[in-house]
Amino acid sequence: MKTMIRAALAAFGVLAVAAAPASAQHLRIALKEDPDILDPTLSRTFVGRIVYAALCDKLFDINEKLEIVPQLATGHRWEDPRSLIITLREGVRFHDNEVMDAEAVRYSLLRHLTLQGSFRRSEIADMESVEVIDPKTIRIRLKGPSASFLAALTDRAGMPVSPKAAEALGRNFGTRPVCTGPFRFVERVAQERIVGERFPEYWDARNIHLARVTYLPIPDNTVRLANLQSGAVEFAERMEPDDIKTIQRSRNLRAVAVDELGYQSISINVGNGERANTPFGRDARIRRAFELAIDRTAVNQVVYEGMYVPTRQPFPPASPFHVRDFPPTARDLPRAQALLREAGATLPITVEMTVPNNPDLRQVGEVIQAMVKEAGFDLRLRAMEFASSLQAAARGEFETYLVGWSGRTDPDGNIFSFSRTGGGQNDGRYSNAEVDKLLDEARTELDVAKRQALYARAARIAFGEDLHRIYLWHRKNIMAHSARLSGYRPIADGLVRLQGVRLQ
Amino acid sequence: MWVWLLRRIGQVLPTLFILSILIFGLQQLMPGDPALILAGEERGDPQVLAQIRAELRLDRPIHEQYLYWIGNVLTGDFGFSWRIRMPVSQLILDKLPVTAQLAAMSFIIAVLIGVPAGILSAVKRDQPADWAANAVALFGISTPNFWLGIMMILFFSVELGWLPPSGYVPLTEDFWQSIATTIMPAFVLGTGVASVLMRHTRAAMLTALSQDYVRTARAKGLRERMVVWKHALRNALIPVVTLGAIEFGRLLAGAVLTEQVFTIPGFGKLIVDAVFNRDYPVVQGVVLATALIFVLLSLVADLLYMAINPRLRQA
Repeated sequence: MKTMIRAALAAFGVLAVAAAPASAQHLRIALKEDPDILDPTLSRTFVGRIVYAALCDKLFDINEKLEIVPQLATGHRWEDPRSLIITLREGVRFHDNEVMDAEAVRYSLLRHLTLQGSFRRSEIADMESVEVIDPKTIRIRLKGPSASFLAALTDRAGMPVSPKAAEALGRNFGTRPVCTGPFRFVERVAQERIVGERFPEYWDARNIHLARVTYLPIPDNTVRLANLQSGAVEFAERMEPDDIKTIQRSRNLRAVAVDELGYQSISINVGNGERANTPFGRDARIRRAFELAIDRTAVNQVVYEGMYVPTRQPFPPASPFHVRDFPPTARDLPRAQALLREAGATLPITVEMTVPNNPDLRQVGEVIQAMVKEAGFDLRLRAMEFASSLQAAARGEFETYLVGWSGRTDPDGNIFSFSRTGGGQNDGRYSNAEVDKLLDEARTELDVAKRQALYARAARIAFGEDLHRIYLWHRKNIMAHSARLSGYRPIADGLVRLQGVRLQ
Repeated sequence: MWVWLLRRIGQVLPTLFILSILIFGLQQLMPGDPALILAGEERGDPQVLAQIRAELRLDRPIHEQYLYWIGNVLTGDFGFSWRIRMPVSQLILDKLPVTAQLAAMSFIIAVLIGVPAGILSAVKRDQPADWAANAVALFGISTPNFWLGIMMILFFSVELGWLPPSGYVPLTEDFWQSIATTIMPAFVLGTGVASVLMRHTRAAMLTALSQDYVRTARAKGLRERMVVWKHALRNALIPVVTLGAIEFGRLLAGAVLTEQVFTIPGFGKLIVDAVFNRDYPVVQGVVLATALIFVLLSLVADLLYMAINPRLRQA
């Protein structure tokens, strides 16, 4: 028996050694999901962009103030509203040691535009042609003025890929991506890990202190946190607000919360089929009463520990396009009830809300249900698996839909397809000619101040008067990391940039 | 016997064919448009959606989609994952050893705990050892795997720091690291199966111990150990083996929750992710592979049955 106990302890000893942390400059990042294909042209998921931050640099990036700053470019200028000149950084190489020059950038942009199945096509659809002026300069001609075009180049559409590798691998490029990022792709085991190692020829190599980076998809939040606590990973992205206290209690961990680019909202069916034909869908006064019955701060406090920022608009506070004098409405039950009387509504007004079936959103629905009941609404919750809820919304099989958006750097990405007549994500088929005109103008207006005014006006009409969508809050990207890690720069897009990051 | 074996194999083929139709047909009933999910946040662009549907043949009639899929499957081509563009056959071959290792370890743990506990419980019926074994079995059956898993992670990984909280390392890469990453999920799965095995072993042993041949053996003055191990257990094991084969099949089909909690990249996790992402080729491929495993295991169980019980061979 004693021998057995000794053997068991020895085995545990060996296992404990096996569970020891990785080498000093090997960063392990826990991801909330497994990314899709790692081809900047074909990929779709947000989580994939976190991996690209290591593998693929972009022509432009954004900074903490959401300003567009050069990365592989050294600068840009508009020759006229339809012609953009971009100058490129010298000495940049792809991971296969091919030189990144104007020809490679032209190739990549055309690949994004023309490859079958490209998800970048719609982002750079305004592009008419790309010309190589010299090895370090390109000219992009647009079909018409586009204020959001440059912002598209701060994401996957702005990632040059090695033409040699792209030609060799074709549609399988994503299985072995070759870009210009600080880490080159080593291996991917689906649902298990993605590994990158430092690229010695990286143009900004002096800012890269890590030797290796491994991305580990760990969907369960508790397990992601346990991995961080046990030292099995050094960084975990998108933690839940109720983890913050646990993280803060630990001397070995740090939490960083930064406003994200997106929002949580209630989309309302005002014109998509039979389900729009209700007092709620027809009368903006009833929708206003519903909004006035909601206490955004209280819901946020109950469900998210008060971490999120209540809002009434799609533009996050960090954005220069955030409409400062358009604050969220405070709860006002007497006014809500007065509006319902004015509308001649028969109480209670039955409203159905489709809620993606996850615990926090269900809880949000339940708190709102209790709040609006006091004003005279009988809110019925319909919890649905996410994929099914998307389909139901697209088909108009909903009255209201609790839905979020991860957000885009350019304001157009947060409003156009949601509020423009015929917009791809305008599930409730909202349509207002004046809003359409404002959004179209804002798309082509290159003057920031004028553009701000156009979006502010559109927001006041669409969300202040028509209320086709009720915005609730801007969420936060909550990142947690080991106290050994330093140099992480939180930016609202939620990416984990590895420049400057080191482990002690 | 060979005729019987050939007949059984002959039954397998139509079963798999009907299964393939069921798998394909039931999947079509799943709500949620795959194109919408695959488009991610580009779902607002009708051009993107049309492009996905055309590329994945979702715009073709269902029978055409089925014939295309089954035609490829018959040539060994299970198609590509829509989400990560890896061949489904490669994904199955990658994940099968992971799940097989986990299933084997869980099964060993289950047998090592369940069968001796069942025997002890039957032999010491209505004594403290029986009560203790029953209590442990009840705990094993009634404890949710995800809860036990998270508790183990918090205790062994976070508090003690002995074991990695999640992930997987192949046996061929690093033996000890592989055991370290799978021992907790194997224990979680194993205890559940052990409880079932214990209850069945106990019941079968009690039946066997009350049979005439056991009474005769005792009357002949055989030692109790001999009576239990040689006479009662051999007969009691027949239903336990069948049950064991079914339980092993279930383990091989993927322990969805346990794999999710421990982030073990096995069959269970593969199919859950594929269902949520409406990655149909992966769902179809994995379900078909799982069905094949079940059919083969039931064949193996039948063969074991015959090995243990000679009377069946004669029949």
